[in-house]
Amino acid sequence: MTSTTHRPAPSTDGEPDAATGGPTARPATARRRRRSQHRPVWEEAPGPLGFTGKVVLLAFIVLAVAFPLYTIMLTSVSTQADVTRSGGLVTVPGELSLAAYEQILSGGIVTRAALVSIGITAVGTLLSTVVSVLAAFGLSRPGSFGHRPLLFVLLITMFFGAGMIPTYLLVSALGLIDSYWALILPTAVSAFNVLILRSFFMGIDPAITDAARIDGAGDWRVLFQIVTPMSKAAIAVVALFYGVGYWNAFFNAMLYINDNAKWPLQLVLRSYVLQGATLPGSGAGQIDVATGAVTGLPVKMAVLVLAVVPILLVYPFVQRHFTKGVIFGAIKG
Amino acid sequence: MTHGSSQDVRGRGDADDPALATVAPTAASAAAGTAAPALATAGDAVVVDEGSGRAGAVQPRRKVSWRARLARDRSLILMTMPAVLLLAVFAYIPIAGNVVAWQDYSPFLGIADSQWVGWYNFQRLFVNDAFWHAVGNTLLITAFQLVFFFPVPIVMALLLNSVMTPRVRTTIQSIVYLPHFFSWVIVVTVFQQLFGGAGFVAQRLADLGYDGFDLMTDPDTFLVLITMQSVWKDAGWGMIIFLAALSTVDPALYEAAVVDGANRWRRIWHVTLPALRPVIILLLILRLGDALTVGFEQLILQRGAVGVDASEVLDTFVYYQGVINGDWSFAAAAGLLKGVVSLVLVLGANKLAHLFGEAGVYKRA
Repeated sequence: MTSTTHRPAPSTDGEPDAATGGPTARPATARRRRRSQHRPVWEEAPGPLGFTGKVVLLAFIVLAVAFPLYTIMLTSVSTQADVTRSGGLVTVPGELSLAAYEQILSGGIVTRAALVSIGITAVGTLLSTVVSVLAAFGLSRPGSFGHRPLLFVLLITMFFGAGMIPTYLLVSALGLIDSYWALILPTAVSAFNVLILRSFFMGIDPAITDAARIDGAGDWRVLFQIVTPMSKAAIAVVALFYGVGYWNAFFNAMLYINDNAKWPLQLVLRSYVLQGATLPGSGAGQIDVATGAVTGLPVKMAVLVLAVVPILLVYPFVQRHFTKGVIFGAIKG
Repeated sequence: MTHGSSQDVRGRGDADDPALATVAPTAASAAAGTAAPALATAGDAVVVDEGSGRAGAVQPRRKVSWRARLARDRSLILMTMPAVLLLAVFAYIPIAGNVVAWQDYSPFLGIADSQWVGWYNFQRLFVNDAFWHAVGNTLLITAFQLVFFFPVPIVMALLLNSVMTPRVRTTIQSIVYLPHFFSWVIVVTVFQQLFGGAGFVAQRLADLGYDGFDLMTDPDTFLVLITMQSVWKDAGWGMIIFLAALSTVDPALYEAAVVDGANRWRRIWHVTLPALRPVIILLLILRLGDALTVGFEQLILQRGAVGVDASEVLDTFVYYQGVINGDWSFAAAAGLLKGVVSLVLVLGANKLAHLFGEAGVYKRA
């Protein structure tokens, strides 16, 4: 990428073709109705075969993602009778019932695991985001004292990981086995996320922060009153990355949490839904399905949906910020 | 990729000033920062970007004593401390903790009192068949996914980029990005429900009189299965960076190509793909550096179902040898070896990219 300057477009993902169809292609006044108004004038419209092929391919891609989610959600609100009739996952809605959700949410293992996961995700995301915003701002002014060595401390962790065994030995030496902090602290800072924020902060017009400094604001005040409000999009994306990371974390819990009363939702999902079905036990503590409250396909699918729903809830609010910039800025540093 | 005449081509919809961007790439986003701070920064792949950017705007570049600089920047340093402290404890102490690889570590004795054994654990590693089997599996999976996973996001990005209606495109993007945010437990469970022995496909096949379909426990097709899972989870998300690169292609290049009589495919070959080349190389480097890391969570979830033969990779080997079997030093040696080789790989790949005139992952500005 030698001379490519990424235009810092405040637009969303949907807009980039505004760049491909310049003013020559699309005069604002004379819109063409017959051909796609978004198509540049120099580009030939696809033939019927190409168009059909494209539609079929895109439909397949969308269905490949959407269909499994649809049938799993439908099964979770179906009755056991419908499940038996369809011989597994339900594809055609029959009688709908929320019984599965009532069962898993009325106390017991799944409820507790969901609460554990919510707690870890909330505390972890808050901690990680605050620490990362602070670090990113602290590193956002090249030439500041200690800037280079401090940045290096961060960067090295991207290229060399310590490995699972020493990390486990450390967590265990710190007495964090079976502590929720073991699921938060070791993964609390991601250099990648700090770099996303840092590159965003560095893109803020220095004239703005300089003006605040001239008015007597210190670095803390500049960060909290000027930079943070201007960076909501980037902070939201980073918070999502952290939040999803904590919510989805499964292996750390498998390593550090032996007490299955403290299991987060992903581990419960693994034991009851994944292993309870056809996968035999492959490691840490497997629980007899009979003693748990979880039986039947609708209930299993309800646990699965429970693990997906928080992501589905947060995703739409953050998704529009996945501009090319956030990701590109991050990869490029 | 030049911005020479981009001013008159881009025109409407571009808030920033391309001319200025060409002159000072690193300041480009700053220029557009007033209304909505830009998310993108410099065009060049700069991670360590000392001396670029805005330092001069705040403090004129003259010699300031380090004491004065320390006093001036103490808040900034203080801000980085929580992160530095967390990394020091949870990233750097474990790096030092790799010394157990040269010990006969026992949890009861601790690092201080365990016996030092020199290179014994590494010697054991080199004659251990299971270790080399894990290395082989790891490289096999990497190679397979390089061929069957890596190009998928590129093709998808090209396909999606040809969709003209913004609303259709954003909708499709929102849907295909989504699985990236699901955990591996969810993804594997979804696949189990679809392709497992009691799953959707098996049921439909059974209706047609074909019994015994179970992709989840078949070691022979395991490579295909995990690649399908990776594609389902991450191909959509992998698209994002290619779409970003595509959106920076100067439309004048396409217009010129059309004038020269290039058809759709030749435009892809001569304009689009060259524009994607830096990104493709960047991602290839990153993938090569990660050659020894293949979906650890994904594999450990399925190790029991398909068996060790097909699914044991370096990371699962380390986990089972260390945490499960308690052979801590042996496992640490395997993990350390992996870490060092990975580091060499990523640095080497980056060097290679520089030799070919690409920007690579990092460079000093």
